[in-house]
Amino acid sequence: MSAALAEERPLSPLRLGLGRFARNRTALGAAILVLLFVLAALLAPWIAPHDPADADLFRRLQPPAWQEGGDWAFPLGCDGLGRDILSRLLHGARVSLMVAALVIGIAAVVGTLLGLAAGYFRGWTDAVISRLVDTLLGFPYLIFAIGLMAMMGPGLHNIVLVLVYKEWVFSCRVVRGETLAAREQDYVEAARALGCGPGHIMLREILPNVLSPVLVVATFRMAYVIILEASLSFLGLGVQPPSPSWGNMVADGREFLVDAWWVSTLPGLAILTLVLAINLASQGLRDAFDPRLHQA
Amino acid sequence: MTASRLVERLLQTLPVLFGISVIVFLMITLTPGDPVEIMLADSRATPEQAEQLRRDLGLHLPLHERFLVFLGNAVTGDFGVSFFHRRPVIEVILERLPATIELTLAAMLLALAVAIPLGVAAAVKRDTWLDRALSAASLFGVSLPGFWFGILLILLFSVTLGLFPVGGRTPFDLEVARVSGFLLVDTLLAGRLDAFAAALRHLALPAVTLGLPTAALLARVVRSSMAEVLTSDYVLFAEAKGISRARVLLRHALKNALIPVVTVAAIETGSLLGGNMIVETVFGWPGLGRLVVESIFARNYPLVQAAVLLYAVTYVTLNFLADVAYTALNPKVRL
Amino acid sequence: MSALLEVRGLRTVFPTRRGPVAAADGVDLTIAAGEALGVVGESGSGKSVTFLSVLGLVRPPGRVVAGEIRFDGRDLRRLPRAELRALRGRQMALAMQDALSALNPAFTIGQQLCETLVAHGLARTEAEARPQAAALLDKVGIPSAAQRLDDYPHQFSGGMRQRAMIAIALAGRPRLLVADEPTTALDVTLRAQVLDLLDDLRRQDGLALALITHDLAVVAERCARVMVMYAGQVVESGPTAEVIVAPRHPYTRGLLESLPRLEDPDRPLHPIPGQVPDLARVDAGCRFRNRCPLAVPDCAKPVPLAEAGVGRLSRCIRAAEVA
Repeated sequence: MSAALAEERPLSPLRLGLGRFARNRTALGAAILVLLFVLAALLAPWIAPHDPADADLFRRLQPPAWQEGGDWAFPLGCDGLGRDILSRLLHGARVSLMVAALVIGIAAVVGTLLGLAAGYFRGWTDAVISRLVDTLLGFPYLIFAIGLMAMMGPGLHNIVLVLVYKEWVFSCRVVRGETLAAREQDYVEAARALGCGPGHIMLREILPNVLSPVLVVATFRMAYVIILEASLSFLGLGVQPPSPSWGNMVADGREFLVDAWWVSTLPGLAILTLVLAINLASQGLRDAFDPRLHQA
Repeated sequence: MTASRLVERLLQTLPVLFGISVIVFLMITLTPGDPVEIMLADSRATPEQAEQLRRDLGLHLPLHERFLVFLGNAVTGDFGVSFFHRRPVIEVILERLPATIELTLAAMLLALAVAIPLGVAAAVKRDTWLDRALSAASLFGVSLPGFWFGILLILLFSVTLGLFPVGGRTPFDLEVARVSGFLLVDTLLAGRLDAFAAALRHLALPAVTLGLPTAALLARVVRSSMAEVLTSDYVLFAEAKGISRARVLLRHALKNALIPVVTVAAIETGSLLGGNMIVETVFGWPGLGRLVVESIFARNYPLVQAAVLLYAVTYVTLNFLADVAYTALNPKVRL
Repeated sequence: MSALLEVRGLRTVFPTRRGPVAAADGVDLTIAAGEALGVVGESGSGKSVTFLSVLGLVRPPGRVVAGEIRFDGRDLRRLPRAELRALRGRQMALAMQDALSALNPAFTIGQQLCETLVAHGLARTEAEARPQAAALLDKVGIPSAAQRLDDYPHQFSGGMRQRAMIAIALAGRPRLLVADEPTTALDVTLRAQVLDLLDDLRRQDGLALALITHDLAVVAERCARVMVMYAGQVVESGPTAEVIVAPRHPYTRGLLESLPRLEDPDRPLHPIPGQVPDLARVDAGCRFRNRCPLAVPDCAKPVPLAEAGVGRLSRCIRAAEVA
């Protein structure tokens, strides 16, 4: 861990890890599946066969196409208001992924910056940030989110805010630890000796080296945030109808459980598939980036 | 754990508890507009009643004084009056608590009962098809959205097969003297085996919904802990002594492997409290979680605040106990 | 001299990512009752694997693929699992290098002693086993043994822990003790105490001892016979006194020259140059030839373990020239 490492810095650990990742077939397949979900979400307005809000009581609880009474124009059937489930699923993917991406993105940036500051300056900066981290970790996540959403009221904007309030803690903890370690490394010492300011050292010298753990944490947390958003929407505290979200679609279907299994089941299956794919991919990333696994 | 280490760890929780109370206190300031007006929006409250509520919430005081009042009240368990129930908040909460605790404990016991044998089996049969299958199942389990899993169980076992009730905690006509508040205990105390069976049938699906994802997580912990212990010298030495394989695995290895599991289980019990809100809503379980969700829609803010505080304090306490348990169980750490 | 343990052609293989590795490859050895055999070699030479194979304790995915392990006339490889387990601890026992990791931290010394006694039918219950357990601790020189039974391993000092572990290993009154580096973790005084203890047991009870070590000095002092292993094979064996004075394998000579000598502290030390070959890539020839000063082209041909004097064996085609 000395001069040699300093020279082959910034991107190499990231690139090495991605190479290892690409050789793990399960993880790669899962990552491709996640990308398909992303693609479907982005293209939803163009590929969805119908308007997700287009209700027609004549089609109320129409079963999926392969069941009796189904119709290939509405391949996955219709919900209690006669809206096309496939179209709603595609638009719901937009909501789920957008919330998750915004939350994870903002939280990673905030958490990384605060983690860098805590690890680099130590002293009272670290004390304040670390106490805040400990406090936020003192809440079970869902309780925290439900409590704040209860006060702030439902809505997309508020979900993102509430989840970010807690989510930054996870990247912050990791980055703080890595920064504390990096601080003692030769390349940081060297930069300091050359008269570089703290901003330069943190962003130019340390940041590139903490990116891979942040990436691993972010993908791993992403799965959790998707479930959280769906849970909040299920409880009626998240995305509000008529906006389709997987969570509120499951909730809508509860009334028809006896007559129309597909209304609740299909959106849940979408959540499970996406979360499973993200978990598989993030497990692959962790294996690829965890240096402890590669020393042997 | 030495006494000084224990005190030190206890002192570390104080700033966390303080921070938590600040955040819970500030929650209500996040409401857009006047909380009293929002809370009373649906009711035909007189201006006097509104003024009373304002006073109860201490909204007429400056922020820092309000916090001190809040903190003082919280420490003494006074969370004001639930406008909705017309009774003290703490009373309403305590009434619902046993149902939630019963469900949480049942879920955790179920999770441990599933996770320990499966985790041990995976570790013993490491890198075989069994290990891989269990690891896949565990990943599946942690990816399950709880609310949907509960609905699937209802669809399959209640609606289709009719094996379990769709929801609730007891049949409507069940009357048993409340002693502990835990139905499984109270029905047995009353000698009512039929009622016990009914309570168990009501508990089954919610406990599975809550417990199975936890089992998935715990099974991973058991597996990795057990796998590590199995490579230890003391397991080899125990085998060299000629004692039976079962004894080596279940006594020598498992006792050590379970130390980290106890810690994780204690922390996860705290997380289950959060999951309760979902499961209680899905199954109409009359516990604290459902009360909170109902209170949110009734804009019963004092109760929501009190419940969030209670959950967080319980969570921090469980984390603390997990630490204590870890050191207490680990003879190498004990001094 | 009738052998208590006789191993012929033992081959134990571990699958690795680079292919199967024979950690013990064609090992022959014999130990008689009351005899101490020193087993010498660097770490990775196969000395521990050889004896774990004897005890049937090779961890999967490693396994014994060939050879014959005769203990008291019975072929252990053909023995059902349960019978082999009944022999372990009762007929043959293992003492390990680090008692702190070999003893289970979660059980008291007494529990670990008593369970062995019960497992081999020497006592019916653990309570009944306690006097025997105390006697065993006393025998290995632990003061106020009866009171110390309820202590956990971490409450013992290092030397006591090592002796307690030996007491546990000997609880079933085995006829063979495999002692794998039993003194490496100890300081000089404790080392002598533990070795004295093993010596006494050997003389009094006729215990056969396989003393695995990388310390030739210990072997010279305590073992009548020595066996030197290198890269999974036995390269030389014979009476310790003769082997040390006149080694018949260049590797043994190299080992001796790399040791400091008490009587001649100024003698320059010669570490053996080069590296142990990769066991996944060895051929049939001599495995030491890449480091050997005497190597000739013929060393690339298979080299058997051959007689090199009375009671001496060497796996070197130029055994006679080694001085």
